[in-house]
Amino acid sequence: MFGLFGKARPPAPVFDFPGGVHPPQHKGRSNGTPIQPGPLPAQLVLPLNMHLGAPAKPCVAEGDRVLKGEKIAEPVGAVSAALHAPTSGTVVAIGPRPIQHPSGMDALCIVMEPDGEDRWIERRPVADPAALGPDGLVALLREAGVAGLGGAGFPTAVKVTLGDQQRVEQLIINAVECEPYITADDRLMRERADEIAGGIRLLQYLLNPQHTLIGIEDNKPEAIAAMRAACAGSDMEVRVVPTKYPSGGEKQLIQLLTGKEVPSGALPAQCGVVCQNVGTAWAIKRAVHDGEPLIRRVTTVTGDAVARPGNYETLLGTPVRDLLRHAGVDGERLGRLVMGGPMMGFTLHDPAVPVVKTSNCLIAATLEELPEPPPEQACIRCGACAESCPASLLPQQLYWYAKSDDFERAQRHDLMDCIECGACAYVCPSHIPLVQYYRYAKGEIRHQAAEQLKADRARERFEARQARLEKEREEKEARRRARLEANRQKQAAAPAGDDRRLADLKKAVGKASSAYKAAVKAAKTAEAQETDNAAELRARADQLKAEADRLKAELRDAKAGAPAAGAPVPAPTDLLADLKKAVGEASGAYKAAVKAAKAAEAEGTDNAHDLRAKADTLKAEADRLKAELRDAKAANPGAVVKLAPTGKAQDNAPATGDATTSAPEADPEAAAKRQKRLKALKTAYNMAHKQYKEAHAALERTERDAGDDDRERLDALAAKVDKLKAKADHCRDALNALVEEAKADIRAHTGKDLKTLKLEAARAETALRQKADELARLRDTADADTLETLDGELRALDEEAQVARRALKQAVQEQGLVEDDQ
Amino acid sequence: MTTVLIAIAALLALAAVFGAALGFASEKFKVEGDPIVDQIDALLPQTQCGQCGHPGCRPYAEAIAEGEEHNRCPPGGETTVEALADLLGREVLPLDDDGAEDAGEDRVAFIREDECIGCTKCIQACPVDAIVGAAKQMHTVIADECTGCDLCVEPCPVDCIDMLPRATTLATWSWDRPAGIGRRPEERIEVVNL
Repeated sequence: MFGLFGKARPPAPVFDFPGGVHPPQHKGRSNGTPIQPGPLPAQLVLPLNMHLGAPAKPCVAEGDRVLKGEKIAEPVGAVSAALHAPTSGTVVAIGPRPIQHPSGMDALCIVMEPDGEDRWIERRPVADPAALGPDGLVALLREAGVAGLGGAGFPTAVKVTLGDQQRVEQLIINAVECEPYITADDRLMRERADEIAGGIRLLQYLLNPQHTLIGIEDNKPEAIAAMRAACAGSDMEVRVVPTKYPSGGEKQLIQLLTGKEVPSGALPAQCGVVCQNVGTAWAIKRAVHDGEPLIRRVTTVTGDAVARPGNYETLLGTPVRDLLRHAGVDGERLGRLVMGGPMMGFTLHDPAVPVVKTSNCLIAATLEELPEPPPEQACIRCGACAESCPASLLPQQLYWYAKSDDFERAQRHDLMDCIECGACAYVCPSHIPLVQYYRYAKGEIRHQAAEQLKADRARERFEARQARLEKEREEKEARRRARLEANRQKQAAAPAGDDRRLADLKKAVGKASSAYKAAVKAAKTAEAQETDNAAELRARADQLKAEADRLKAELRDAKAGAPAAGAPVPAPTDLLADLKKAVGEASGAYKAAVKAAKAAEAEGTDNAHDLRAKADTLKAEADRLKAELRDAKAANPGAVVKLAPTGKAQDNAPATGDATTSAPEADPEAAAKRQKRLKALKTAYNMAHKQYKEAHAALERTERDAGDDDRERLDALAAKVDKLKAKADHCRDALNALVEEAKADIRAHTGKDLKTLKLEAARAETALRQKADELARLRDTADADTLETLDGELRALDEEAQVARRALKQAVQEQGLVEDDQ
Repeated sequence: MTTVLIAIAALLALAAVFGAALGFASEKFKVEGDPIVDQIDALLPQTQCGQCGHPGCRPYAEAIAEGEEHNRCPPGGETTVEALADLLGREVLPLDDDGAEDAGEDRVAFIREDECIGCTKCIQACPVDAIVGAAKQMHTVIADECTGCDLCVEPCPVDCIDMLPRATTLATWSWDRPAGIGRRPEERIEVVNL
């Protein structure tokens, strides 16, 4: 390998990349003076995301005293880097502060106040890196917080970790520094070439490359000489590249030095190339050989507004304001403050922003130096941008697509391969801020991709939820069916006759006890009013109670006997006839007794009381018989219908019944569709109504808060409210129309409209109630036959009402009007 | 004459053969489901918000496939209308959002947790299961999964749910669109406090 020196002599094979521009360099302003130490500010602000990747996690608390080089934040995840205290002092705050970001947003920072002592924590320099092994070295770099100092800030530990199958052909040290104004790497190479060479040797140890190439632009002869001297006798090769912007771009430099073009979407490592910045090499050397984590960097401070432009070795976290003051800034002349180079840097919003690992340059420019960009003009399709593009893209096409938000086509024209170098915008005669268009389009594309991802996830979650609900419903349905089946089986097992008898008895018991209760109530009222028949009423109540008790006992017996005996019930019609006769006799006897009692009372004979008692007994008997008759009738509804008088309402009942039975076949598909539409409309209406309510509330709030001075906004809000109200009304109208349609359908299917059905149901109910009242009223006075007739009528009406109700319900359900009906 | 007959016979034979082939193919390669609905559904933003008048995105996709207007998705905005028009070969219609200013704005539900009474009503309303909590326990929204559909706001009996605009973070920030022809691309920012 001694031929290397000779090999470097002949012009090294340097390739070219397409495009590129030659902006004025402005480097002489800051590269003439040696690197000077930066200021020690009153406060250091250390953002947790100085590097690319996940922000570090603080491992100190407010009030903690820290030493210089002490770790204050841990790396989180694979792509992250640690953070260290740049000097000794106290942590005063951990909170949001403005950071180095074009958005001007705040981010979490550790704020510390230096104590001025600059006391180091115990350093552990590694004399023999080979003893640590590659893994140990990578871990050390991660702990030392080393990240790319070139501009992107990619954590170095990640970049030097190779995959199993990966082979590095070329290690490229990027010392091109192609952007105007910046001279930080230039000065670093001139003054610390040996340290840089040490760092490169460490990289060589980690990556084991076939070739190590150091690319330096030919406008830095001193740096070239210094690096050549430092690399003499080693296998590092300094390659001088012609001055052209952006030869310092990673992909462009790879193309310049190796002729390889990194494919679209690929990483340099996939082509067997690893690129490291020259400043990073220096930081690696400091971290390994000196045990010094990354706590300072060389930053160029330049521009016409500073009195002492030059390179300052700045502590990370130093606010830009302090550094500028240190360099003698003239606040009056300062027009624009740029962090980074003039081509790719960004205007700072706040001079409190700190210097971070990636801050290679600060330009405090006057307005004459970096004037306000002139207004954008129309593209004249000159094609200068395409000639200057180092990535061989079509900037003009990309501009049109970005401008018309046609991101898909912009992507097809490889927008994502744009390195945002700004060469196209630099040459544009129409001063179109092309890079800003591309950045906008890229942001939108990323945003859309994120949205798509989120939508997919939402869909997945929605479908999973639907499936879960469906499953739950099915399970419920299955349970319900199982229960129903079990009940049916139980019923089938028990003898039917007994069941019916039991049910009848139960009903009788219920009636008897309610009659008793009514009687008690009547007696109480009478007692309260001190009417003379109070005692009589009371007695009657007692009798009724006895009756109810008897029935209850019977029911109990029946219940006890039913499962075993299952005694057949006598034929209902016979029973009915017998009962009827018995009732008639009992009522007759009762009436006669009442008459006798009344007569006796009127005459004041002393047996009046006895007579009355007798009448009561007879009445009780009659009542009991009547109750029995009722039960028997209930047990045989056919007989009841025969007995009941026919009425107008009753005529309707069967018709309604027929209609409802025919309705289900009517048009289930249409009904289902309407049901769906109804649901949709209801959703829409609810939505609109809610929006309207919200808007209305907002309007009221504004009215309350703003008063008169905000008339315009109020009007706008009012207009919005009206609009929303109109929408809600519209929805409601549509809903009503649909409901009407459904009603019409009901009419078509049942021969009646919904109103008629409802009316019928209501009428039947009313008739039923009236009949019940009448019966109650006449119970005492009317004769047995009338009572019986009334009773039958009541029963018929009850059935009829039930039929009407059912018909109504069915019709309503058919048409999906259930909720509306409620 | 025979030539004509032969020709007719040949054509009939061909027709029979191709007819059989087509019939066989239509049976054999029958497409299950409705692929266009899936495609439409893929373009909808899946907020499941019901603002289109349908209970969810998929029902709306089905409705569009059956001929409903494709401009009733405010959360999707103009982009979705354009994408749908492109897919269906229909005209690009103006978005039917009733002039709502926040159409297409990304919002996220936020539960004021000290006011929450733990009724679980919002949990039942959420179409994407993005609210966690249990009966009588405080509920909270998984902000990353929230689609901003609003459906949880109405059922809340104590009105403790707010719809907040999703805050831009450093990770989601992106450059603004340049002002356009005739404007200065970048307003100069005054540097103060120096």
